[in-house]
Parts: sequence; C-alpha cells; structure tokens
Amino acid sequence: MTSHSSDDNKKTASSNTALIEKSLARRYRAEKRFQLYGLMAIAFGLLCVAVLFIDIIGKGHGAFRQTYIELEITYDSDVLGLSDVTDAQQIRLADFPALVKQALRSRHGDVTGRKGKRELNALVSSSAAYELQDRLAANPGLLGSTEKLWLPADDDIDTYFKSLRKSGGAFVGRTSERQQAWLQALQESDEIRLQFNWNFFTSGDSREPEQAGIGGAAMGSLLTLILTFLLSFPVGVAAAVYLEEFAPKNRWTDFIEVNINNLAAVPSIIFGLLGLAILINFFNVPRSIPVIGGLVLTLMTLPTIIISSRAAIKSVPPSIREAAIGIGASPMQVVLQHVLPLAMPGMLTGAIIGMAQALGETAPLLMIGMVAFIVDIPGGFTDPATVLPVQIFLWADSPERAFVEKTSAAIMVLLAFLISMNTVAAVLRKRLERRW
Amino acid sequence: MDTPSLLISLLVLTACAYYLGRRRSLTLAEPLGGIRHLHSLPFYYGVQAALWCGLPTLLILVLWLIFDEPLITQLVLASLPEEFQSNVGPDYNLLISQIQNVASGALAPDSVEPALASAAEELNRLKGFTQLVLTAITLILAVAGGAWAWHSMSPEQRARAQVEVVFKLALLLCACVAIATTLGIALSVLFESLRFFQSVPISEFIFGLDWSPQTAIRVDQVGGSGSFGMVPLFTGTLLISFIAMTVAVPAGLMSAIYLAEYAGPKLRAFAKPTLEVLAGVPTVVYGFFAALTVAPFVRDVGTGVGLTVSSESALAAGLVMGIMIIPFISSLADDVINAVPQTLRDGSLALGATKSETVTKVIFPAALPGIVGGVLLAVSRAIGETMIVVMAAGMAARLTANPLETVTTVTVQIATLLVGDQEFDSPKTLSAFALGLMLFLVTLMLNMVALKVVKKYREQYD
Repeated sequence: MTSHSSDDNKKTASSNTALIEKSLARRYRAEKRFQLYGLMAIAFGLLCVAVLFIDIIGKGHGAFRQTYIELEITYDSDVLGLSDVTDAQQIRLADFPALVKQALRSRHGDVTGRKGKRELNALVSSSAAYELQDRLAANPGLLGSTEKLWLPADDDIDTYFKSLRKSGGAFVGRTSERQQAWLQALQESDEIRLQFNWNFFTSGDSREPEQAGIGGAAMGSLLTLILTFLLSFPVGVAAAVYLEEFAPKNRWTDFIEVNINNLAAVPSIIFGLLGLAILINFFNVPRSIPVIGGLVLTLMTLPTIIISSRAAIKSVPPSIREAAIGIGASPMQVVLQHVLPLAMPGMLTGAIIGMAQALGETAPLLMIGMVAFIVDIPGGFTDPATVLPVQIFLWADSPERAFVEKTSAAIMVLLAFLISMNTVAAVLRKRLERRW
Repeated sequence: MDTPSLLISLLVLTACAYYLGRRRSLTLAEPLGGIRHLHSLPFYYGVQAALWCGLPTLLILVLWLIFDEPLITQLVLASLPEEFQSNVGPDYNLLISQIQNVASGALAPDSVEPALASAAEELNRLKGFTQLVLTAITLILAVAGGAWAWHSMSPEQRARAQVEVVFKLALLLCACVAIATTLGIALSVLFESLRFFQSVPISEFIFGLDWSPQTAIRVDQVGGSGSFGMVPLFTGTLLISFIAMTVAVPAGLMSAIYLAEYAGPKLRAFAKPTLEVLAGVPTVVYGFFAALTVAPFVRDVGTGVGLTVSSESALAAGLVMGIMIIPFISSLADDVINAVPQTLRDGSLALGATKSETVTKVIFPAALPGIVGGVLLAVSRAIGETMIVVMAAGMAARLTANPLETVTTVTVQIATLLVGDQEFDSPKTLSAFALGLMLFLVTLMLNMVALKVVKKYREQYD
C-alpha cells in the first residue's frame, strides 16, 4: 500500500463525509417536515372535533331554556263563553285564546288597529290557551278569579329575547318594532324571563317551535332500539356460535362469511330499499311503526354484532373447551355452559356498539315511513313513531329560525346518549374482559 | 282466539310440556335406581317434550299467518260477480281496500255497492272461520306433540343428542340470516329494477346524460316526459367522494402514522379516543353541520375571493364527508401499520435511515396493500353515504367537475324519490330501485376487492 493511495482514500473519505453531512442536514429537515405533517394531520382532526362540538353546543344550548311572559289572567266566564265548569264538553269548546288576548290587552292597553292587535297576540304562544284549559279543568274553583301566570312566549319572541343577551346585536327576525318596545317594557318590569324548558324533553313534535319537543322521538328511538336488541343480539350470537364452534370448513361456511363481511359494508340506504320492497310491499308490514324500524335496523346491525361476537368467542382459550370435553361435556354443553358465559362481556360490548350505530342511523328509516309528522308520543311497538335522528333531519329542514336551536339541542341529547353508550362499552370492556 | 293469545297459550303449553316431560323422566328413572340410569339428564327430556309440543305447532302457525290473508282475499274476489273480476292494477288494490274497510267497519255497508257489501260479509265470515280452525289445529297439535313425547319417552332414549341436533339447526338458521338478507337485498332491487327497465331501456339508463325523473300525470303536460340517465348522478357522487378522499386520506393516514410511530403515550391516549369520537357522530349531525355551518362558510370565503359559490356546493358536502371518514381511515391504517413486523423497522433504522425514511420507504410499501384495501372500503362508504349529501348537496343533476357548483348524488335521488308515499307502477319510483341496484353493485365490488386485498395482506405477515 503506497502513501499515495492512502492519501487518495482520505480525500474520497473527506469528500464523502462532506456529502453525507450535506445530505444529512437535508434528511433531517425532511424528517422534521414529515413530523410536522403528522402533527398537522392530528391537529386538523382535533380541530374538526372541537369545531363540530362548539358549533352544535353554541347553537343549541339556548333551547334548554324558554322565554316565559307573566300575564294576569282573569277566568271570566263571559269571555270564555262558559257556564258550567264541570262540563268537559263546555271546557273543550270554551274560548281560552280570548282569555290570553284579554290579558295582553289589559297589560298593553294602548293598542289599536287589527295589525297592532295581531302583533300583540303574537307575543304569547298558542299553547298558552291549552295550558289555561288544563288548569281550569283541574281546578274548577278558579272560574271568576284572577291569577298571575308565566306563559310560554311565541318562538319569534323567544329567539329575539335570547339574542338580546348575546353580543353582536339582536336577531330581529319577524318581530316588529312595536313588539320589541313591548318586550322592552316587560323586561324593565321583570315580567319576562327565561326558565328551564321541560317541555322540550316531554312533548312530541309540533309545527310551532316553542311547543316542539323530543319526547315522542326519544320514545320512538327507545322502542325501536329495544326491538332491535331483542332481535339482533340472540340471532347474532347464535350465528357467531355456529360459525366459530360448529361450522365445518367448507364452501358453504365461506359463503356465509363473505356474505357477513360484505353486509357490514353495504350502504345503509340499501337496507331501507330492502325494508320497503320486501317488508312493506311484500309482507304488508305497516309503515312508520317501531316494528318495521326495528326489523330494518336488526338486519343492518346484525353483521356488526356477529363480527364482534365471533371475536369474543375466539378470545376464549381452547384449554377451557378441552377441559370441559375432558370431563365428558358434549360440544353443545361446552358452548352453552363454558364458552358463552366467558365470552358474554365481549359480546355485550359489541352489542352496545351495534346499538349505538342503530340509534344514530337515519337513511334507511326515511324509506320506511318513519319521517311522518307525528305529534303523539308512541305508547307501543305498533304506534306510528319517529326516531331522534329522523326528528333532527325533519327539524333541520324546517324554515323557522327557532328550529335551528331545537335541532342543535336535539343533536346534543343524541350525542350525549351515543357518547355515554360508547363509554359504557369501553368501560365494560376494560372491567370485564379477561386476559388469558 | 286471536293470534297473540294463541301465542301465549302455546307458550304456556310448552312450559307445561317441559315440566311434565322432566317429571316423567324422573318417574321412569325411579324404579331403575335414580337418574344415573337415564341416557340424558332430566332437563333434556323436559326440553325434548317442550320441543315436540311447541316447534311443529309454531311452524304451522307461522306458515298459516303468512298465507292466510292473501288466500282469503283471493277467495273473496272469486266470489264477486263478473263485472268486478277483470280489474287489475290500482283499481284492484282499491277494490280490496274498499272491501276490507267495509269489513272492519270503517266504511258503512250501505255506502258501497251491494256486491261489495256482501263480499265484506264473506270476508268477515271466512276470517272468523279460519281463526277458529287455526285455534283448533294449534291446540290439538301442541297437545298431540306433547303426548307423543310423553308416550315415547324411555330411559334409553337419546334425548340430549336429539335436543342438540335441533339446537344446532337453529344456530345454522341464524347464521343463514346473513345470506337471506343479501338475497333479500338482491331480489328487492333486482325485481323492481327489471320492472323499471321495461319502461326505460337499460342503455339509456346507464349512458344517458340527463336526469329529470318527473313523469307527466297528464299526457299534454309540458316538460314532463322524464329522462333517466344516471351519468350525472354518478359523476356527482364521484366528485363529492373525491373531495372527501382528498381530505380524509392524507389526514387519516398521516395521523395514523404519527400516532403509531412518533407520538408519546400521553398524546396517543388523548388523541386516539378524541379522533374516534368523529366515527361515533351520526351522519345526520354531519349533515346539519355541513348545511348550516360549513356551506355558508365556504360560500362566504368563495365570495370573499371573488368566486361564485353555490350555497349547496359539492365542496362543503365533500369536506364534511371527508371529516367523517378520517377516523375510519386512520383506524384501518393503524391496524395495518402495527401489523408490519418490528424487524423491518429495526433493520431499516440500523442501516441509518431516519424515522421518516423508514416510514416512507419501508413501512409504507409493506403496508400498502392493507392501506389500499382500507381506502377502497372508505370510498365505498363515501359513495353510499346518504344523510350528509341529502342535507348539504343539492337536487339539481348537473354534469360538472366544478366543486363550487351544486351536484346531486345517487343516494340523494334514492332518498328523495322514496320518501313519503309512492305508487309502485311509475318509472319515477322504480328508478330509485334501479339506482339502488347500481349502488349495491358498485359498493359490493369495491368491498369484495378491498376485503380480498386486506385478507391477503394479513396472511402475508401472520
């Protein structure tokens, strides 16, 4: 080896080092950039969650409180056109709106003209008259007396009054200047206030935003979900047991598996077509009832439940099965008495996740008539009903400004249910699932 | 007896059969010296008796209830005079519902023709008669089944084996529900589509460039001829799905990579479940968010820079759909990235590659089939997504690639055509099923390919 060649080597080595150092800086910059992209992606995702929730809560929190106006109501039998309070027929026909109108006129006496009167009467919700009716029917002694009552305001008034307290100017909407002046006066004398809106949770749907509630839709969701659970859980578990424990490895079993995996990814609206063509048109199941909703959602959630149940059964170690067979149990006894109880927590968490999916589903229910406008709260599985997500869809389509608030509030309730269901599933999984 | 009370009495009889069967097995075992000398446990003898009592009866009952109604209607119609016989189609349905209304008392008998009134009477008579026969058959069959089980019971009988065969069949039946569902979907969209293709040629449907499903009620109506070309719907669907994927794929993939390869345990514990919240939000909520928040925002931004943006732009719907799909992609990508063996990572790092080089040059190519499969599944979800586009995309079928314009999608059209009451003989309603068939076929193909790719990839490293 000559000194010349070693010199040469040194030279290439140093130029290599320079090259590497140069490229190293570039590579580290690329590394930093790559990390930054990752962080940006996560930040974008988190930002979306934040914006979504802040937007919904910001729009909807107001709906939990409702504007009420205090009025001095005189139960005047002449105004009501009523002679016998105990007569239900007369109570039904009596002119209760006139009581409200009279009370409003006596409070703001200076109103003249038809337009002014109409504006004045529009301060209070039309449901106020029904409230008075129920009150008088319950206490007939009130006839002829005078009392101060808080009555719900109309939705336009409600929206305007709530917007007064926000920064960024009041939302005038359909309220007139005269109405705003009256409200100003009411506010100064403390005759208008916000109070918790129980009505929103207990009543059914209505065309009037201030009377509309999610009670009916929530009940419909509950009935539909009960049916979905009762049908899909046993069938799903049975199918999972068959596929995991008994099915021979053949083409037929493969076919079933492919089917289940594909069904899990079929668009939900297709299940609505199935319900419409087969259940409604062929089997003549009536529309709009929880039974048909439950059936369609069962078919939709079944793949989810089967897949998660199979995972739960798979996680039971074979030693349990072998021990049971070793002491003389039949395969069916092994499954029913050992595998199923041990896999149950995993199956239940899967079922809860499936139910959460069913609770949030809208599209297939549109096809099978669960979008009908239903005021009454359903009392059974065969009463016409709608469900929470469909109610949200219907309200989102309504033109009244006040429905935006209602829709967001209904979304908040739905999300609260969904998040708590998913949390319960996560906690159950952590608590009950055994690691073998 | 009406059907519910019939079911309840059947249940009671079955419970009795279980109790009696179990007791009989104990009585049989007594002289032999205890239940050790029975082939099976007494429980199985009880269940066997209950099955004999309940199962055949239930089968008959269900079959009867399915075929009862149409059969009676046919009989009643056959009894009508000649002039009603030739009715077909909507008139036919009207006739039936008229008779049914009279029979149930919703219509007064003297408000319809006398022939119909007598038909209603006939209907009521037949209904009462069949219900009576059904009650008798059910009860006799249940008791006979129970008695047979009682009679044939013996200590040598393999009760457990027999019961288990029935159980196993029941399990198999449940597993076949999935096949029945697929079959039901295929048949329901196929048959209505075939009816649709009788009035609109299939080539016009697939290649037509114009979609306006309004058909004329009167012949002389203007502009009501109706055209059913699905091309603008599919381009609209693809446009929105494409926008969604350009949002979801980079965001989902990068966040999955960062969480799997870089993030510390604290960030992971916070970010992962928070991103997963997005997956649990119902689509109707996204639709509301898209229509009321994102769409006005997009329009304002667009007008701010001097563009004309429709208030129902494809961009808004696509953006929100992309947000919806982020967790879907990131959790699938997370799975496949974690499935890449650690040895590959270690080898690459040992050669001096930086982490990002390891990810892009080693892990990503190794995980590519799984990622492609996941993206295909996400595309199929985007194509089939309904509520976001129903609420935020428009109704106008326009052939455009401009994301700022309004487009409509296949699912929007299916939903709008089928909400509310429909008549099942107009091409307008039937076209929804033809669209459903196309949607089903497209998503089915995507899913099949995706599942196959994912499965093959999993086997590679297992």
